[in-house]
Order: sequence, then C-alpha cells, then structure tokens
Amino acid sequence: MMAHTLAKEKNMDKILRVNMSNLSTSSENVPAEWAGLGGRALTSTIVAKEVIPTCHPLGKNNKLVFAPGMLSGTAAANTGRLSAGAKSPLTGTIKESNVGGTAAQMFARLGIKAMIIEGLPTGDAWYGVHVSKDGVVITEETELIGKGNFAVVEALELRFGKKTGVLSIGTAGEMRMLTSNISVKDTDSKIRSHGRGGLGALMGSKKIKFIAIDDTAAPGITLADPDKFKEAARIFAKALISHPATGEGLPTFGTAEMVNIVNAAGGLPTRNFTYGQFEGRENISGETMRETIIERGGKPKHGCQSGCIIQCSQVYNDKDGNYVTSGLEYETIELMGANACVGNLDDIAAADYVMDDIGVDSIETAVTFGVAMEAGVLPFGDGKEVLRILTDEIGRGTPLGRILGSGAGNVGKIYGITRVPVVKNQGIPAYDPRSIKGIGITYATSTMGADHTAGYAVGTNLMGVGGGIVDPLKKDGQVDLSRHVQIAAIMLDSLGLCLFVGFPAADVPTCVPSLIDMLNARFGLELTPEWIGGLGMTTLKTERAFNIAAGFTNIHDRLPEFFEEPLLPHNAVWDFTGDEIDEFWNF
Amino acid sequence: MNLTIQLFATFRNNRFKEAQMQFADAITLGQVIAELEITIGEVGMVLVNGRHAPMDQELSDGQLVALFPMLSGG
Repeated sequence: MMAHTLAKEKNMDKILRVNMSNLSTSSENVPAEWAGLGGRALTSTIVAKEVIPTCHPLGKNNKLVFAPGMLSGTAAANTGRLSAGAKSPLTGTIKESNVGGTAAQMFARLGIKAMIIEGLPTGDAWYGVHVSKDGVVITEETELIGKGNFAVVEALELRFGKKTGVLSIGTAGEMRMLTSNISVKDTDSKIRSHGRGGLGALMGSKKIKFIAIDDTAAPGITLADPDKFKEAARIFAKALISHPATGEGLPTFGTAEMVNIVNAAGGLPTRNFTYGQFEGRENISGETMRETIIERGGKPKHGCQSGCIIQCSQVYNDKDGNYVTSGLEYETIELMGANACVGNLDDIAAADYVMDDIGVDSIETAVTFGVAMEAGVLPFGDGKEVLRILTDEIGRGTPLGRILGSGAGNVGKIYGITRVPVVKNQGIPAYDPRSIKGIGITYATSTMGADHTAGYAVGTNLMGVGGGIVDPLKKDGQVDLSRHVQIAAIMLDSLGLCLFVGFPAADVPTCVPSLIDMLNARFGLELTPEWIGGLGMTTLKTERAFNIAAGFTNIHDRLPEFFEEPLLPHNAVWDFTGDEIDEFWNF
Repeated sequence: MNLTIQLFATFRNNRFKEAQMQFADAITLGQVIAELEITIGEVGMVLVNGRHAPMDQELSDGQLVALFPMLSGG
C-alpha cells in the first residue's frame, strides 16, 4: 500500500525544464534519486549534477533551479519556503537562497518538484515565463523591461489576475549586478526576496524578467495518510507556539529584537565593523520599531507566507500613516542603521523599499554602503544620500551605481580598502564574528559564502538555544556548534520550513518527531530522525564537492585579516587557526 | 552598592528601560533578578558588563546588568 502510494506520488510530481537557448520547455518524471528530496537538498543535488563547476555563472552552462520544500503546499504551518539554486554570480560557489511568499506553495500544488532554467537566448529580446497546470509558456516581453518589481507585480496582476504568483527581477537584475536578487510576491502583493548570491543577475543573463504562476485547477497535494498528517501538523504548530522565541519574541518585536541583544553582547557591527556597539541602538531597536508601527497604524505582526503562525514580519508606515515597506528585517536595520550609521528607522525603511523595487539584496547592499562610506564615497550616517544613490545611481546603472551594485568585496578592491567584511566575496551579515564566534565559524565554512542563515549559531551563543549557552567570546565548542546548526539548517531549507523552526526543533522534544511524522504521512514513507541528519550531512558534502571542483580550497574558509584587530567593548579578536577551522569538515 | 540595570523587550512592561539601583553588598545575580520580580525561567540572556554570567555570581559596585527574556532570530 505504501509503495503504491509513493509510486503514485512520484508519477504526479514532475520536473519542468525551460531551455532559453531554443526557447523550448519540457516536463519530465522525477528520477528516483530525486524523489526523496526537496528545497535546498534538491536544488543543490541538481546543480551539483548538471552544472559544470568551473562555468561562468552568467554563461550558457549555468542553471537556475527552483524547488519548493518537501512539506510545501500542505496545510502545515510555516512550510511555504522556496529554494533557488545555481552557481552564484557573486561568490562563484554553489548557492541556495531561500524565500517566503506564495510561489513555493503554488509550485507544490501544481506538482512541480523543481523547475530548471538552462541555456541562454541568442538575441537581445527579453522574455516572460508563464507556469500553469498546462505547462510552461515562454513569451517575448517588452512592456515591463526597465520596470521596478512593484510595477511588475501590479502589471502582472492586471494581466493574469490578482492571484497570480510572481518571481521577478528589478532593474539591477536586468543589468546583471552582483547584488541583484529575485523578488517573490507575497500574499499582500508585496515582495519577499531570494536575496543572497546575486541570483537576479543569473535570471537577467537568461533574459527572463518574470515568472508568473497560475495554480488554477492545480492537482494539489495528495497526502498518503491525511489523518496522521493532520495530527502531526497540530503537534508541530503547538511546538512552534510554545517556544518563547517563535511564540512570543518574534511575533512581538520582529527580528529587530536582535538589535539590543547583539549590542549588549558587544557584537553589533558598527561603522563598517569597527566597533561592537552602537550609541544610537535604541532608535533602531525592535522595541522602538514596535512602538512606532503601532503609533502609525501599521502592522506589528505579519507573515511572509500564508500559513505562518510566527508572524515576525511587519508593515511599516510613515508619519502620515502611509505604507513605506514590509518585511523590514534585523539584518537590513542593523547593517544600514548601525554599520552604515544611518541610525533612524524612517530612512532605513525608505531604503528598504527602494532596494526591493530595484531588486538588490538588502544585506549585500547595506554592507557595501558601509565599505563605500569608509572609502569616502559618501559620509557615514547620510541616509538621504543612501536613498539617492540607490534610486539614481544603482537603480539606473550609472558608473558609480554599477560599482556599488557589484557588492562589498568588489567595492573594497576598487577603492583600496582593507576593512572589507566578506567571505567568498559575500558580505558578512549583522553579527561581528569576534564577539559571537560560533557564527564566525559559519561565515568561514559555509558553502554559500558568509551567510548567517546557513548555520545560526547566534541562538546558542547568546540565548542557549538547544541546551545551554556556548560562550560567544571563547573558542571552545564553536566548530561543533556551527556544524550542528549548519546540518539542521539543511533540514529546514529542504522541508520548506522557516528558519525559525530551528528554535523549537532544538528545544521542544515533540517538534522534530512531528516533522518526521508529517513527511511520512505526506509521502507514505518510514523515515527516521537519523535520515534528516544524514540528508544534512550528504547535502553539505555535495555542496562542498561542487565548490572544490569550482576551484575553492580550505584557504577560502577564512575570515578577512582585519578581524585580528581587537573589537570593543571586549577587545575580542578572531583567533581561530586554519587547522581549527578546517576541523569543521571532519564528519 | 550601586548597579545599573537594563531591561529589554517584555521585561520593560510595568518596569523600566534602565535604572541605577541600590543593592546589598555581595548580592548574587540570581538575587538581583528575584528583587526585580523576574523568575529565572523567564530569563533568556543575562549579561554582567556585557558577558554571560552564572546566577550565583556575586556582583560588585558599578556593574552593568542587562536582562533579556528568551528572544532569538535575526
């Protein structure tokens, strides 16, 4: 019976291919070795198998792969994340970038296990891709070229209907800038982002302005055991709500809650990673943001995907109560607010909107501004000039805009700066690795370049998530911690789960078993928690092998030299030896 | 002796953001938290002069105590 159900399931799901060289599309059955994968595990497996590691990321041999998580499209909470995989234009490594919005659930309901976009068109024409139950159609596009993401979403809703799903690139992606991202429509017709790694440039190289998704009359999800699934989903939701981080902290203060926490611990990147604390931190804190949003009639709680019960997102209004932006995250607030010293939420929110519209990663771009400020391109703290540069230079592709749109690592080289916070050319997010050393090991060793979401050691370093604090200022235990959370992150990224499920998964005993029960009830399998750990390890090794074949070595698993300089207030230094870091891969 | 107490997130409700407070000499961190009518189980992170500290640590004049409920995720 179980084998029969699984076979039926495999027959239903499909792999879609979009070949931009000859503008053809096809649908394939899911190969047996991909049947038990989803999300990041699937995109990384496909990229490792089909992409030549030494290829030029913007050339004919790179592929852009989208895959919903294994639990996406079901009624279970917080399972609507979409993975995008490729060889990254920014880092040259393998990449998986993960997003909320509506696309993952629509793909899953359409039975699309993955969509692989390959080849390059020969002419100058741009294209739109339309996905529905009847397959994929590629159409030449003229109207929306040169338009920002919000205009694209609005126009596509008029063209295809209000419910259409959208993946799109802004002008930065059209210009193949390394900071460019892929935007994904959310339930409010606003935008979430496949932010990291410059995947907008890859979509732009393939001349695809947008992918519209119509899930009308989609076959939907067939559960192998609906009753068992429903019960497991109930236990899972209860675990999410019962953990104080996901049940109370995130819904109340958003991810900006981290501003005061990280500042108190002395790890808040300030003035281009020169200090670990920011004098004006209260003005950009989660506590202040909550008060401001409520006072102005915005929404302090908001989900990035339907079915989210954490609601860490928010809608931020201006003084007159008009919408400015939504999904204003800690990393954007911190890196723009403290690291670039902009220091007030209104300027940061305005910048966030423009970054979404032109389609650049708000982490990479904010880190880039910190480096550009140190180089004297603009003064630290000049929020109005940040806004002007985003709109008039980066958005329009002026020479300065193209320089800043190429990311922190390149800007550091162009201006001769040594304090350049990148690993594998990707900007370091909003935790200084000298004071929070576990996340430093993640930055160094991640197959993605510097990425906090690849292994969020901060929760354990500062709050003791998962069984007790690993002292953030000491080296002991950090390599093991980072390995553990990197493996766990792959579980989350592959099942289609929000990263924050990691907290109850670490602390609430019923959480991981409920996830396994859901997988088994969804697919008619008999997986165990050990299988999940194995999936994480296998995927990490697959990604690492791709990077090695692309020319990366252990020497690239290092933090920039300037982190040897002491960081106030603790005079913390990054003092891991190469051998100590390399121990990460000993598993 | 004098301590500076900083409270964050929901610990501020019906309390304060930051205050200078008088405590008995040789008071422990756990006793200070009890005097603020916060239960140990609610505490996610407590820092003394920016460093994690055990509940039985004796505090000294002029130190900064920062208290957070369980929050995580950026």
